[in-house]
Amino acid sequence: MKQSLFKIVKNEKLTENVFKMTLSGDTSEIKTPGQFVNIKLEGLFLRRPISVHDCYDDTLVIIYKTVGKGTEMMSHMNSGALDLLTGLGNGYDTSISGKRPLLIGGGVGVPPLYLLAKKLVSEGKDVSVILGFNTSDEVFCEDEFKALSNDVRVTTVDGTYGTRGFVTDAFDGIDYTYFYTCGPEPMLKAVYKATETSGQFSFEERMGCGFGACMGCSCKTVTGYKRICKDGPVLKKEEILWEK
Amino acid sequence: MGKMSVDLCGITLDNPVIPASGTFGYGYEFAKLYDINMLGTFSFKGTTAMPRFGNPTPRIAECTSGMINSVGLQNPGIDNVISEELPKLRKVFSKPVMANVCGFSVDEYVEICRKLNDAGGIGWYEINVSCPNVHGGGMSFGVCASEAAKVTKSVKEVSKRPVIIKLSPNVTDITEIAKACENAGADGISLINTMLGMRIDLKTKKPVIANVMGGFSGPAVFPVALRMVYQVSKAVKIPVVGMGGVSSAEDVIEMMLAGATAVEIGTANLIEPFACRDIIKELPSVMGKYGINELKDIIGGCR
Repeated sequence: MKQSLFKIVKNEKLTENVFKMTLSGDTSEIKTPGQFVNIKLEGLFLRRPISVHDCYDDTLVIIYKTVGKGTEMMSHMNSGALDLLTGLGNGYDTSISGKRPLLIGGGVGVPPLYLLAKKLVSEGKDVSVILGFNTSDEVFCEDEFKALSNDVRVTTVDGTYGTRGFVTDAFDGIDYTYFYTCGPEPMLKAVYKATETSGQFSFEERMGCGFGACMGCSCKTVTGYKRICKDGPVLKKEEILWEK
Repeated sequence: MGKMSVDLCGITLDNPVIPASGTFGYGYEFAKLYDINMLGTFSFKGTTAMPRFGNPTPRIAECTSGMINSVGLQNPGIDNVISEELPKLRKVFSKPVMANVCGFSVDEYVEICRKLNDAGGIGWYEINVSCPNVHGGGMSFGVCASEAAKVTKSVKEVSKRPVIIKLSPNVTDITEIAKACENAGADGISLINTMLGMRIDLKTKKPVIANVMGGFSGPAVFPVALRMVYQVSKAVKIPVVGMGGVSSAEDVIEMMLAGATAVEIGTANLIEPFACRDIIKELPSVMGKYGINELKDIIGGCR
């Protein structure tokens, strides 16, 4: 983990309430796709954990949805600097993906899968992608994934774009060796049931510190108690216990 | 003794800064960030007889200048702490550590202290009779003078180390509880634990915290904590460890002026992981600014 200042380079609106912020700073601690950063915002007490969408050289890209005060405040920032804790969380393990990993993202669960896709492709793997949204206006990142994969499928619940339905309605004909997923919990549960191989799930929880000190985001797993921020946010399919 | 050193129940601290229980784990996570031997000591995660998962999530809520937590004493249990956590702690921390002890019965506090007596490297027992996040134990001992005295007396009978009782601010008169603990043989008092608080999500109209209420902490509680440290240090003769919203070297000095012999820092560690390191580094210059030569001279110095 590292604490440092990042300069805001760009902040673009992708959809009605989803924004893409490009930052510049010391990215040396960001080592694995699926990790997150914890952002201090003026006037708010707790830091805001946001997953890493992309990272190269000294550039960090995050994609976030305005869901409360913090993200709302961020959506208006176009310059200045942010105090970040970087290198948080375990991230996805790509070493066990096999040759044809499937990536399944829903809504703002899509962003962390992008850096993961880049890494898997760089390892010579043949990646399939399913991106799920509610409606056509909410679709983002499709082209970025298409640049990495010949098999990118988009679903919308209302059928206004791509396949009508949920991500689990778009599995047809994909011969995958492993899967990686991130999205809202009902989607994760559906993916858990619909998938036939092992895989990795990225979870979300309200956090205190974000680096394993406060036990604010604990969950029960098959292998004992885990902290979403430190032992997660990525858990393997075999260790998940669905509680709620 | 250095200019920042203080004596806490017969043990010298190089400086009065002590990361508070529940914000510093068993130390080794922070040891990856900086050399934690620079601390006065630290109070490790509240430990019960049996392992505990704690409360359901969400356990955390944002507040103005503070936060609410309802972790509920998640910990691996005393046997695991002694066999697993303390050996890891010892590799990164060479000073006496403060052991935070929690219980759901008088016997549980006694059992934990007995087991800790045989463990090395511990300086003090901080007896938590003030956790607001568990039922049928914890705070119920700390809101009643006779119950707090009963825990104190029983623990003192077995303890081989100084016993510091950690008090709750959620009481009518904290000085009464402090005096009862002193009379029962306590070697020190630490205060304040968190204040019982609550938030409601306007969208769902439900409590943000799964357990409905939780412990409020952070800079917002500092004036209340300071006031209670002032009152308690006037009411008892034993040393007082002050805590509650301390986030700067200035806050440390203010707590000591109010009567604190040492100062615990909790929530600040969660937002600024280097908070304690930075406060210790800044103390000498802030002391200089206010004409303080030795920190121990200012304890209770507010007139």
